[in-house]
Amino acid sequence: MAEHNPFPGENNTGHVWDDNLRELANPPPRWWMIAFWASIFWVIAYGILYPMWPTLSSYTKGVMGWTQMKEYQEGVAEVDEVRAEFEAKLQGVSAAEILKDEALSSYTVASAKVLFGDNCAACHGSAGQGGPGFPALVDDDWLYGGMIENIEQSITMGRKGIMNAHGKILKPEEVDELANAVVAGEPASTPLFLQKGCIACHGMDGKGMAALGSANLTDSIYRFVPVDDQDILASVKYTITHGVNDISDPLTREAEMPKFGDRLSADEIKKLAVYVHKFGGGQ
Amino acid sequence: MSQNQSSRDAAVDELYAEAGHWQVNTGGETIHAKRVGGKWRVVKWLTSSVWLVFFLGPYLRWGDRQAVLFDIPNRQFHIFGSTILPQDFWMLSLLLLFFAILLAVVTALAGRVYCGFFCFQTVWTDVFTWIEEKLEGPPAKRRKLDKAPLDFTKFRIKAVKHALWLLIGFLTGVGFVTWFVDAYQFWMDLWNLELGTVTLATLGLFTAGTYGLAGFLREQACFWLCPYARIQGVMVDNTTSVPTYDFHRGEPRGRVKKGQSDADRTTGDCVDCNQCVAVCPTGVDIRHGQQEGCIMCALCIDACDIVMEKLDRPTGLIRYESLDVLNGKESRSLLRRPRVWAYGAVLVLALSGIAYGLSSLEAIEIKVIHSRQPMFVLQSDGSIQNKYTVKVLNKMTEDVDVRVTARGPKGLEIIGGETPITARHGKVTPRTLFVRVLPENIVEESAAIRFVGEGMDSSGQTFSSQRESVFIGPK
Repeated sequence: MAEHNPFPGENNTGHVWDDNLRELANPPPRWWMIAFWASIFWVIAYGILYPMWPTLSSYTKGVMGWTQMKEYQEGVAEVDEVRAEFEAKLQGVSAAEILKDEALSSYTVASAKVLFGDNCAACHGSAGQGGPGFPALVDDDWLYGGMIENIEQSITMGRKGIMNAHGKILKPEEVDELANAVVAGEPASTPLFLQKGCIACHGMDGKGMAALGSANLTDSIYRFVPVDDQDILASVKYTITHGVNDISDPLTREAEMPKFGDRLSADEIKKLAVYVHKFGGGQ
Repeated sequence: MSQNQSSRDAAVDELYAEAGHWQVNTGGETIHAKRVGGKWRVVKWLTSSVWLVFFLGPYLRWGDRQAVLFDIPNRQFHIFGSTILPQDFWMLSLLLLFFAILLAVVTALAGRVYCGFFCFQTVWTDVFTWIEEKLEGPPAKRRKLDKAPLDFTKFRIKAVKHALWLLIGFLTGVGFVTWFVDAYQFWMDLWNLELGTVTLATLGLFTAGTYGLAGFLREQACFWLCPYARIQGVMVDNTTSVPTYDFHRGEPRGRVKKGQSDADRTTGDCVDCNQCVAVCPTGVDIRHGQQEGCIMCALCIDACDIVMEKLDRPTGLIRYESLDVLNGKESRSLLRRPRVWAYGAVLVLALSGIAYGLSSLEAIEIKVIHSRQPMFVLQSDGSIQNKYTVKVLNKMTEDVDVRVTARGPKGLEIIGGETPITARHGKVTPRTLFVRVLPENIVEESAAIRFVGEGMDSSGQTFSSQRESVFIGPK
């Protein structure tokens, strides 16, 4: 640095190197400096008010006592407050009454979505579309009845239908004949239907009985949809041969809906029943 | 080696010489612009007065409500007779497009007209400095007052000035807020000290913002904060007519010598009186040519013309002129500039879009969402069912019943539409509908289906809205 300023009168800072390289005094604008100091103040103030600096095993908490968890809980409380009005109305109202009230059922459908996702979607699909071995909830075919009360009962008590494995009783050609009649949608057209006692569960006309949960064999919907390359006839034959939930046959179809009465509250079940009823319109 | 050294030294010297000249206004010194009368001064007051609409507009009434009200909490925007809901907001983008192009076309033709004559920063600064002049006197006195030690007189003058500035800031806040809340209700709430937090915060922000920006930051906002100043800079070209110093006529500039006759004069018309600099609100010297600091407010034209008249020289040494014309090129007529046509076309398009939108506002609007999970459901009788959520937006001020029907695949049956949907006013009301079609009537995987919502309001006026959707069947 030079002892004497060799460029007097110039707006330099007096810092000169190598004879003629010097630093000119062009300070930033005042408003810029104000903003600069203001942001430094901001950081300090923020650090005092809010959690900011890590320490060895913890962090500075800030004098405001703000935490993410608290903010989250406030948010939840806010939502609960909005819900409270509807939740109060849901108390002491039957599921059937909820269905009649458009506003209440809209709320129920919106709030039961998470319940359905947590408890039902694993088997019945996220939109109730069903899956291999699990019945669809969106259609109009209800094994145990599609009235809101039936649905509530199904959820509360669970369901486990039983059909004996007929492979031991029937000859292969008899199985063929019955299966063909079922696929044609006219199970009662073969005398075997009566003779082999199918009518005991599926009814005289083959339309099933909601009380037993026996399937309607005359409609287009199958309780067990064919998987992979299997055609529908082979699938029906399989069901007749091995039955459903018949412990004597290791190849039997498994079909059990667990009971949710001990896992969910009555209100939650009520909501879910409405939600499921709304899928396809119920009965 | 020494040859090399000396040439390098020369280069360094040149750099520093340039750096010495390089001077930019960073607000170190307050600019006290002189005020002179003139044609452009009058124009500036007139264009500034457009902002009276901002202050007074909210007090207009339309029926039992404010004529123009942007009701954010209720998501309704009232503009005289029509009510616009967020669903019609595509018109806002057309409006923004219109103004953006308007800015471009005006700037391309006549420079930063917006900056010089309309911008709130310019207008508010102008009013603030006008107050300053009324209280503190002309620029010389103001500079002296700024330097003077604080005594009672200075304190009184300054206190009144700042109080007036803050009052204008506050009224600006009121002006802004009353476009969003009922103006008369606002004053009542203010009187009863019942203003909400959002309103109070907005008022505070505007008061402080106006006070700071127009009182202190002034031209610094144009220099360093405003993006439009920079954007408009690149829209100006050689054909743009802007306030320009005629350097052919003015140079070489020189002071008037007493007793010298005009015939003996060796200098140009510029007498180097610096009046153009003295009146400039951003403190630039127009004689350096176009520069970023110039907001093209034309006040220097007034100042120069006054001097020219006094000296019996022709006015217009500083005037609206394009660089091309100044350099002897012929000016092109407006209609022969493709830019004018292109901009004009966009302007017309945007305006017609808004006009169409405003004239075709429907009373209701239905939207149909086809449920995708699952796409379709097989029913026990073999028919295929699709699920739709029909959303009815009611833009009227009363609740109405809307009946929804559908036309599409043969023999379709709607379930859930037996009772009409009671559409709440200003809201969207959803309803789930099922549509069933027998398998023999399904001819394609995806068939068109059209939903129609119809109804009648309390005055007997019918309304309807349609929406296309699809009916999905198995492959």
